[in-house]
Amino acid sequence: MCKRLLAGVLLAATLAIGVASAQPAPTTPVSGFNPTTSASSEQKLLGTLKQIDGRITIPDRKAAVLEQPAGRDWRDFQRGTIPKLAAVAVLGMLVVLIAFYALRGRIAIEGGPSGRLIERFGAFERFVHWMTASSWVVLALTGLNVAVGRHILPGLIGEHAFAELSDIGKLAHNYLGFPFALGVLLMLFIWVRHNIPNGVDITWFRQGGGLVGRAHPSAGKFNGGQKAVFWIVVLGGGLIAASGFVLLFPFYITDIAGMQTAQMVHGVLALLMIAAMLGHIYIGTVGMEGAFEAMGNGQVDEKWARAHHDLWVAELEARKGAAE
Amino acid sequence: MARMKFLCDADRCIECNACVTACKNANEVPWGINRRRVVTINDGRPGERSVSMACMHCTDAPCAAVCPVDCFYTTADGVVLHSKELCIGCGYCFYACPFGAPQYPRVSNFGSRGKMDKCTYCSGGPEGADGSAAEYATYGANRMAEGKLPLCAEMCSTKSLLAGDGEIIAQIYRERVTKRGYGSGAWGWKTAYQETVDV
Repeated sequence: MCKRLLAGVLLAATLAIGVASAQPAPTTPVSGFNPTTSASSEQKLLGTLKQIDGRITIPDRKAAVLEQPAGRDWRDFQRGTIPKLAAVAVLGMLVVLIAFYALRGRIAIEGGPSGRLIERFGAFERFVHWMTASSWVVLALTGLNVAVGRHILPGLIGEHAFAELSDIGKLAHNYLGFPFALGVLLMLFIWVRHNIPNGVDITWFRQGGGLVGRAHPSAGKFNGGQKAVFWIVVLGGGLIAASGFVLLFPFYITDIAGMQTAQMVHGVLALLMIAAMLGHIYIGTVGMEGAFEAMGNGQVDEKWARAHHDLWVAELEARKGAAE
Repeated sequence: MARMKFLCDADRCIECNACVTACKNANEVPWGINRRRVVTINDGRPGERSVSMACMHCTDAPCAAVCPVDCFYTTADGVVLHSKELCIGCGYCFYACPFGAPQYPRVSNFGSRGKMDKCTYCSGGPEGADGSAAEYATYGANRMAEGKLPLCAEMCSTKSLLAGDGEIIAQIYRERVTKRGYGSGAWGWKTAYQETVDV
């Protein structure tokens, strides 16, 4: 009984304090009321934040972003930087390669092939290379179509055929990202031990890799240039794949600003990698006699191998000698 | 020709969402697609404002500039429309749009979003004759062809959302601000049209 009384007194006291503190403040005269003194201001919000977020009653969370003017900067990047970079990277590289071919011609095996063959790449290595390469070619072409296709193709094939082509291209681009990424990962595992940069590579680059001048600088299984290609593919290709997956699953990984950045990284790196790969394709096919066979059937001429990968041949022979 | 614009007077918007409902009803947009929405800034705090937002039909529209298949075009009224026949649903317009206007019938899996849908300023679309059933099914109402303004603005209970010739609605807003003595500005105008409504 006593307890209950005490509780009642306490409750009454609490209520009394509550009421007292809720006393209305002196009222402001209506004439002096200015509803904008604390009103949300667009300019103030955009000045401090990159985007204006609010609350929304529909379930679509991303619709709560009222305004993100950064979209206009992204637009300028797509309209200015990307087509310019595409032109320089693709056309510029082609011009360089044609000029190089005109000056240097096809690099021949000195004195002709020996006819003795050495296995350079096994079946699995070649499979990984071609899986990555074939998906890369489709990815590069469909990607270039997204980047600059609208400036070239509608005039040639008509806007409907172009839209149809781009639709198929988009699907191919979305799905082929997976075999490409898998290929890059497998390449990292099977070739990383041959691609650690060392002192031999410095000499190789100093002598122009044998491309400039007639020297045949020493090289292991992979020369300095090939190591550069390896790291461009693994690091560049890896980042391109990662940023691509961010875009493939919209709003799962990041927000609109993050996706804009991902697309910019994806586009710039891909264009640079296209330029690098054009060089790689050139030297592996028309640029050098005896080079394509390495990835073609995996067998290279012994003379070619001695000229370009002397340390690798020596290593093979030492291993063979040890086995016998 | 008049340059059509939207202007949301945030000091009048009471977040009733009638514009959203009117839009859905006028255009029969599918479930999950919101051509117009009301966003409340500083909800429950002093200075709270609600803004009804849809496609602002920008000058030099970012969506049109980045579309890989170039499916956007601007009408003589300054309305930004797109062709669903050409659209490949890549999502680029959503990255570029400052107002989150582009909507997609499907989300997520591998970027297959389906054909983009957005506010047409109740102007239909490029395929099918004006006011035809085919046009209605794909793009929604074509009230502009009938000489009417978008239904969202027409139904706004407080006349917060204004649609019409940009010059005229800016003048209406200016008069309001002068008369009542305050105004939080024409939301989105600087981003969409590179101009503000100065009073």
